[in-house]
Amino acid sequence: MTSLGLAAGLLAVDPVGLGGAVLRGGHTPAARAWVHAVTSRLAAPHRVRRVPPGIAAERLGGGLDLSATLVTGRPVLEPGLPALAHEGALVIPMAERLSTEAVGLLTQVMDTRSVRTERDGVSAVRPAACALLLLDEAEPDEPSVAASLADRVAFDLRLPPGAADPVADAPSIGEVAAARERLPGVHLPPDAVSALVAAAASLGVASLRAASFAMRAARAHAALAGRDLANGDDLAAAAALVLGPRATRLPLPPEDEAPPPPEPPPPSSESDQAAEPPGAEEERELAERVVDAATAAIPPDLLALLAAGAAGARGGGRQGDASTEGPRGRRVGTRRGDPRRGARLDLLATIRAAVPWQRLRGAAPGGGALAVRPDDFRIQRRWRPSATTTILVVDASGSTALNRLNEAKGAAEQLLAASYVRRDAVAMVTFRGAGAEVVLPPTRALARAKRALAGLPGGGGTPLAAALDCIAEVQRQVRRAGGRPVVLILSDGRANVTRAGTGGRPVAHAEALGVARRLRADRVEGAWLDIGPRPSAVAQEIADTMGLRYLPLPIADAAAITRVATLARDAA
Amino acid sequence: MRIVYPFSAIVGQDEMKLALLLTAVEPALGGVMVFGDRGTGKSTAVRALPALLPTLPAHAGCAFGCDPAAGQGEWCEGCRRRHAEGEAIPTIERPVPVVDLPLGATEDRIVGALDLERALTRGEKVFEPGLLARAHRGFLYIDEVNLLEDHLVDLLLDVAASGENVVEREGLSLRHPARFVLVGSGNPEEGDLRPQLLDRFGLAVEVSTPAEVAERIEIVRRRDAFDRDPEGFAALWHAADAALQDQVRTARARLPLVELPMPLLERASALCVALGTDGLRGELTLFRAMRALAALDGIAEPDDALLARVAPLALRHRLRRDPLDEATAGARVGRALATLPAPTAAA
Repeated sequence: MTSLGLAAGLLAVDPVGLGGAVLRGGHTPAARAWVHAVTSRLAAPHRVRRVPPGIAAERLGGGLDLSATLVTGRPVLEPGLPALAHEGALVIPMAERLSTEAVGLLTQVMDTRSVRTERDGVSAVRPAACALLLLDEAEPDEPSVAASLADRVAFDLRLPPGAADPVADAPSIGEVAAARERLPGVHLPPDAVSALVAAAASLGVASLRAASFAMRAARAHAALAGRDLANGDDLAAAAALVLGPRATRLPLPPEDEAPPPPEPPPPSSESDQAAEPPGAEEERELAERVVDAATAAIPPDLLALLAAGAAGARGGGRQGDASTEGPRGRRVGTRRGDPRRGARLDLLATIRAAVPWQRLRGAAPGGGALAVRPDDFRIQRRWRPSATTTILVVDASGSTALNRLNEAKGAAEQLLAASYVRRDAVAMVTFRGAGAEVVLPPTRALARAKRALAGLPGGGGTPLAAALDCIAEVQRQVRRAGGRPVVLILSDGRANVTRAGTGGRPVAHAEALGVARRLRADRVEGAWLDIGPRPSAVAQEIADTMGLRYLPLPIADAAAITRVATLARDAA
Repeated sequence: MRIVYPFSAIVGQDEMKLALLLTAVEPALGGVMVFGDRGTGKSTAVRALPALLPTLPAHAGCAFGCDPAAGQGEWCEGCRRRHAEGEAIPTIERPVPVVDLPLGATEDRIVGALDLERALTRGEKVFEPGLLARAHRGFLYIDEVNLLEDHLVDLLLDVAASGENVVEREGLSLRHPARFVLVGSGNPEEGDLRPQLLDRFGLAVEVSTPAEVAERIEIVRRRDAFDRDPEGFAALWHAADAALQDQVRTARARLPLVELPMPLLERASALCVALGTDGLRGELTLFRAMRALAALDGIAEPDDALLARVAPLALRHRLRRDPLDEATAGARVGRALATLPAPTAAA
């Protein structure tokens, strides 16, 4: 059975326990087919709700149903979508674009299995135990679904491109229903917990929810197979589905080093539990089998990253970590407030706020003017439409690394601290050797920035064109998220590596100029700080082509760079 | 009602549990901020608190649960009026409220507003108390406090500081006591907290996912047991929770009697100076936390070990913001402690 078909079946058996899934790979017909495969097999297929993109907080968290309230003359609760999906599922297209607020609401729903409404004069709790089907449609370089949501669902699935029907082999509705019946009586063997937890540890899966989900998946798998006691197959399948995609490192090769087991098999949990001494051998076998199954299920792209040792270094975070952070321009809420102080009145919300109180205020029923009081004024709450993201581009090539890299790092640190005070975001691109790299995606989280900066190596050629490509990409991301990018380049501009990664000054320079022209058309803002020992004509040429302010800083220290950077940011 | 995971069944996370117990003993500590990774039992611990707290005597029929033992000045207007009218207000025992502030809550529901139902159906102006009233004499928990809108944060801080909630709406003007312990949680990787907000929390703890495999196994095993049979699991831990409750009750009785020796107080002050924590709030909290811990653990002769246990809790979030210091704030406190001049005779 394919992992997609199996996951659909397991979810339908235990939707609430497994919490749902992230499905990556775009909103394709195959994705819709998969969603249908899950929802049609649920015990309550009619309890499936779709969350429209850009959903307002009161639709998710519940609020006052104004029209029903007016008709009935008493407050009527609109319960919020998760409550309508109780015992069913919420389908969330474009899950990577959920606002921070919506993500927070959904995590609360997942944690409490209910929706609590405390707004607009209504106060209520409604049960909302549902599965989340998160369709992540992010491009490879974009922030993906919020990590806090991904952590609360069991499966992280990828649609293979061009899959005809990914769920042709999913268990039938009848099989799923039978498994659901059986599920409460299904047990795990006593060593299952330690095997799964150890497997999670050896794959570098930090969150403990993963192991819990794997246990539930194993039970559902056993139920589907008609077993009351789960066996090794069930555990292996669960580990493959739940733990594999969460891996942040590869397990150490077993039995290679010291004879005592290098890591996974735990010390039989202190001997206080009903341990089975002769079963230690089997226990180890099971643990190894589970690890192997999970390792085999690591998606190929992730596997390549892990093998290169690249993913673990970033604190186990996939790019999704950044996504709950930062403004999403489109989502604008309202709050009570005084519209005279430069804020913009939200007319509709103001009327909504005034309407329920009309009778109290003695307004003529069924006609006449609406009695609006200052208390009703609602103003638009904006996510700082001009929230700035400083894209710091640091030339770490040999020519700068020699004397200026530390100053550049110092400046970067001061910039980070300054951005923190202003609650701006920062991104960082470095380039050296054969290419450029986004070492820090746009973030306001200082902890991540610190890490990215700490281990920044220097040396090698100057692949300027690649760096400018990177800038264009990050700039596009920032704009899509509703922010305003300001680019700050610290380089001597002496390009000598082409996009193809080969040497050659003239070609490299010409390529850089080409990208620079494109960036100008893209209305890039910011400044170029020439940190070479002497001002360089080539750097100025590229800066001018981009339309950036060019500032030679032959003897600048970190503080001077920061001052200029602040100026550039405010002037841009 | 949903059965909550028992406090005493939480594996590890000793610092967080200690901080919560200290505020349970001494509410004047001023709240706890819990930083940490996802899935580390932050919410679980807070939601499990009520079971540990002895019930409170309160006025019957009072929406705010006014304290019969407190002076009249601390009562709400309703209770004062009833008292003035000569009513002998009956007293009831009620559990300590732990109010969960949901994201998306609006201002009117937090501070309280006119009762919408009464206004709609009968055209009457009646005040309906909000979440702040419900949290009076208890705890107000804000999960993911860094996601809460700024204007609501300001409002909560204001009320938490003044102990009083003032409502002006629709010609209705009233104030009521609202003293509560603010408990916040947040993941620093998902957005930083404003320093002003941080400083208002008395204690701060950092929690992380345990790395020890045996501990992880135990956590997962207990969680699974709870999920499969909440009632049975809670019953298993009932005695342990009851013992903790006794400890808290004893500690509260003992608290007014705790005396800290002068040399210890001097060393605590020296530590604050060495760390450059701004203002006196840190020092005051440090003293209170030491007293609470001495009461909780029944320590007869408080010494440096006591200081070392609470200093990170009371000070880590008050260090001058040096956002790029590699060491965690807790480690910096430990470092400063280690380099304090040797005690004269305190230890």
